[in-house]
Amino acid sequence: MNHRFLISLLLPLALCLPAALSAQSAQMEQGKRLFESQCGSCHGPLGNGGKGANLAQPQLRHATSDQALQSIIRRGIPGTEMPGSFLTPSQVSSIAAYVRTLGRVEPEQIPGDAGRGAQTYASLNCQTCHALGGQGGIIGPVLDDIGARRSAAYLREALVEPEASVPRGFLQLRVVTKDGRAFTGIRVNEDGFSVQFRALTGRLHSFWKDELETLDKEWQRSPMESYEAELTPGQTDDLVSYLVSLKGDT
Amino acid sequence: MKALLLLLVIAAPVTAQVPYERILDAASEPGSWLTYSGSYGAQRYSTLDQIDRDNVDQLQPAWIYQTRSTQKFEVSPLVVDGVMYITEPPSDATALDLRTGRPLWRYRRSLPQGIVTCCGQVNRGVALLDDQVFLGTVDAHLVALDARTGLVRWDVEVAEHTEGYAITVAPLALDGKIIVGIAGGEYGIRGFLDAYDPATGERLWRFWTVPGPGEPGHDTWSGDSWQRGGAPTWVTGAYDAELDLLYWGTGNPGPDFIGEVREGDNLYSESVIALDPDTGELKWYFQFLPHDIHDYDSTQIPVLLDADFEGVPRKLLLFPNRNAFYYVLDRVTGEFLVGKQFARQNWALGLDENGRPIENPETIPDLDGALVYPDDDGAANWYSPTFSPQTNLIYQNVRETGATYYLADATYEPGKIYMGASRRRISGEDPRGFLRALNPLTGDLVWEIQVHSPPWAGLMATAGGLVFSGTTEGDFFAADARTGEVLWRFQTGGGIYANPITYLSEGHQYVAIAAGSALINFALPR
Repeated sequence: MNHRFLISLLLPLALCLPAALSAQSAQMEQGKRLFESQCGSCHGPLGNGGKGANLAQPQLRHATSDQALQSIIRRGIPGTEMPGSFLTPSQVSSIAAYVRTLGRVEPEQIPGDAGRGAQTYASLNCQTCHALGGQGGIIGPVLDDIGARRSAAYLREALVEPEASVPRGFLQLRVVTKDGRAFTGIRVNEDGFSVQFRALTGRLHSFWKDELETLDKEWQRSPMESYEAELTPGQTDDLVSYLVSLKGDT
Repeated sequence: MKALLLLLVIAAPVTAQVPYERILDAASEPGSWLTYSGSYGAQRYSTLDQIDRDNVDQLQPAWIYQTRSTQKFEVSPLVVDGVMYITEPPSDATALDLRTGRPLWRYRRSLPQGIVTCCGQVNRGVALLDDQVFLGTVDAHLVALDARTGLVRWDVEVAEHTEGYAITVAPLALDGKIIVGIAGGEYGIRGFLDAYDPATGERLWRFWTVPGPGEPGHDTWSGDSWQRGGAPTWVTGAYDAELDLLYWGTGNPGPDFIGEVREGDNLYSESVIALDPDTGELKWYFQFLPHDIHDYDSTQIPVLLDADFEGVPRKLLLFPNRNAFYYVLDRVTGEFLVGKQFARQNWALGLDENGRPIENPETIPDLDGALVYPDDDGAANWYSPTFSPQTNLIYQNVRETGATYYLADATYEPGKIYMGASRRRISGEDPRGFLRALNPLTGDLVWEIQVHSPPWAGLMATAGGLVFSGTTEGDFFAADARTGEVLWRFQTGGGIYANPITYLSEGHQYVAIAAGSALINFALPR
């Protein structure tokens, strides 16, 4: 490579760079500020997910192009909780540009082997409670696109200490009826006078609250127990690697 | 503990098991509502009789479910094992706890831009089979959901929605197959009826309601008009398990109002078709209206009835048609038995001995305008009739209104309206609406109730001696099925564009109707 030639080629460009860079960083700064105020409550301050999707990844499922990303920020995603907005075109493009930088972070180092992880998944009977590709249990969250929604760190924690972060919509209830029946289940719905839950047997129950002796909400409990003792560190890595590979595209 | 949990989960009964045999035998569990019309025979009659002529005046709302949609709410709910399954417009589905009315899950479809439907982004309900819920969508997909969770099992494209195809019909679940029809008769589609494998979503067969080159009936279309021939299948059909025949109505040929570009009878538009459900093979058809130019759509509910006809026991198919004639066919052969006018019309001078109409040339749409009764919303429409074996009457909500039709351009472009006329209301004349009770074997009028506007509500008869109906002004009411005396009414606050159903919850009879954007469940006071 002829360095002198390269420098002579790039020099005129480089002279324009500082101005361009500062405009770009101003846009990025605006994008970051807007993201934190407009998007962070669902997508997390770092964009790595919460109630909303994890955006800190190189490819976004709905926003397959920059144009699609801007369109989603403007119009939302029908059928989901992602709303549209009244942001100006320049604000939208700032946010979109910033969101794209989130995905450019160094990919998480996941030392495990996804193929071996799939075997571990099967041997632990994870499908008893979790569904994948339409097959499996319904006690726990569906895992089809868990790798698109959760970081490796989150998934690792979920395996080791499930009760540290019970996902939304999976509140465990302990119910005793006035006629002496006791249930443990996952809440399906509730209002002031009634509660519906799915018992760990998979069976759905609906009670008026005045039929219940006690209704305990076990916010920090999960029907899933820790797999820390059951898995070697290598197996945990494999399983995390497998889960991260589930992007919902198959 | 984990092992115990595993055992528990594996031993768990799978809920909402609705095998085919259970739907076939729906009459033995009147507390459920397992298929669109209540049974494969599509009589929309219930043997429940807790609510009857004497106590119906005490009926009151027990619970209400509100949708967030402003589209017409045309659902006919299904009920089984303590859960009600509904669709909400445009193409969503919800499971409701029967005991409390509270949602158990929701499926909310993300729709693409540019959905074209002639008459609202609506949906009339789901089908249930085994542990799955089946939903057609306005972007012309068929979706299978896990009945316990609402999670998608599979989602297949039935047709290309940008060409004007849409699904609004409730699918029909048969033994090992899901039958689904298509809408789009105003967009120059080529109609069909499909069957899908419930396990995989694989298409098992397609019956083109407009035959292609080399197929019987193709020569009833001039030139290449068959490619845009319409004949959609957007209302749920009926099934006779003994004969193993599937019956389905077909819609108008396209373009709706211009006949010259599609010379011929235009098979199998404006017909009832009888298919082998395993293969989709046509066993017989009866075309009510060859070469229709009034957009009458013979997409009504085929009502199956076994009865003595002129002294001979016969398997009959009753069909109060949108074209204002009431038909009785032999459902084994398709033989025409009766055709009798049941509503105001001027498009036909009568029917010949084979049931073929003698058309009135003065009603052909032209540039000066042709006055036509009924208008293209018809004397009947997609909403359901009901037959009561208790009174031996068939009941039909009837629309009596005409319009003037002016020829307009119809140039085919995919996804664009392809109809060929504009319509002007007749001034100085009030459109009229009726609930009519007819003799099922003759079509003769037995009694009628006049309502305010032409109705869009379906009907349900019960063994309590009642017929339930609704009005466009929002009145839900029950009439004495023998006399037509209105015994109870309730103003729901929203127009009724739906069929009623009834079911048992914890041993008590309920009646449900969609009105406005609410689904209202009525019961007697406890």
